[in-house]
Amino acid sequence: MSGFEHHRKSGAVIATFSGFEADLLRSLASQMVELLRNERAEPAAPAADPFEAMMAEFSGATTIPEDPVLARLFPTAYPDDEEAASDFRRFTEGGLRDGKAAASGLIIDTLEDAGLPPELTEDGLVIDVELSRADAETWMRAFTDIRLALATRLGVKAGDEDYWHSLPDDDPRAQAHDIYEWVGYLQETIIEALTS
Amino acid sequence: MGRSRHVLCHDGSVSAASPVEVEPTLTPDEITFLAKPWVTLVWDDPVNLMSYVAYVFQKYFGYDKAKSEKLMLEVHTEGRSVVSTGTREEMERDVQAMHEYGLWATMEKAS
Repeated sequence: MSGFEHHRKSGAVIATFSGFEADLLRSLASQMVELLRNERAEPAAPAADPFEAMMAEFSGATTIPEDPVLARLFPTAYPDDEEAASDFRRFTEGGLRDGKAAASGLIIDTLEDAGLPPELTEDGLVIDVELSRADAETWMRAFTDIRLALATRLGVKAGDEDYWHSLPDDDPRAQAHDIYEWVGYLQETIIEALTS
Repeated sequence: MGRSRHVLCHDGSVSAASPVEVEPTLTPDEITFLAKPWVTLVWDDPVNLMSYVAYVFQKYFGYDKAKSEKLMLEVHTEGRSVVSTGTREEMERDVQAMHEYGLWATMEKAS
């Protein structure tokens, strides 16, 4: 596990992943895409009037998403003004969802272009990733979304590292938390590579 | 809108803009200032890395390293920080951009 580096000669941001690591990143990114597309941005209550119901399909969501991960990814912009908050959500959430899905999609595409097969079968596979600055920033944003999703599902709080490290190794929550920390490490190294 | 601005009518004659009187002693900067009562707030969360938050402030707002880190530390220690000030439309753009970066941002009228 080595993280990202700035390649002085080409200016690219590079990393080498084992097949297992690349497969894990692809899985996280795929889950992100699925989550963003699953619970569609739609008004919560179906409108009684058929015309209104039809029109509602053309506009975006107006209420906070039920899934806590989506609620964290798309926070309420106006905490004290419900109407303005609904309008803001209607005009922004769809585009934000598409942008986030595209960012995680870039991780999947990059790993597969770098040689990650649809099914990981071979041992000792090494995946070399070389990112432009712009693509590195997109990966960095996608890592944020993935970390926010994992942290929300796990219930991560400030300063709770000792709790997570005290869990037995075979506890699935401890394993998920290890993945959360690993993605954080990858993100930190991308930022270092971008600012070096 | 400047107080001496004229608009061109359909018939080609020139007439004065709407009769709204702007205080003639105000400079354009002061007028802009009066129209800027909104702020974007970024709130602390236990997930986003300090280096990431500072990077976003530098990259998106174009703040220098010192200012970005100061704002980031304010978010971290005080729970929130005003990261930009402007018109309502400008703040909606900033909040949307912060959400794109995964930061927890809200907007409100400047107090």
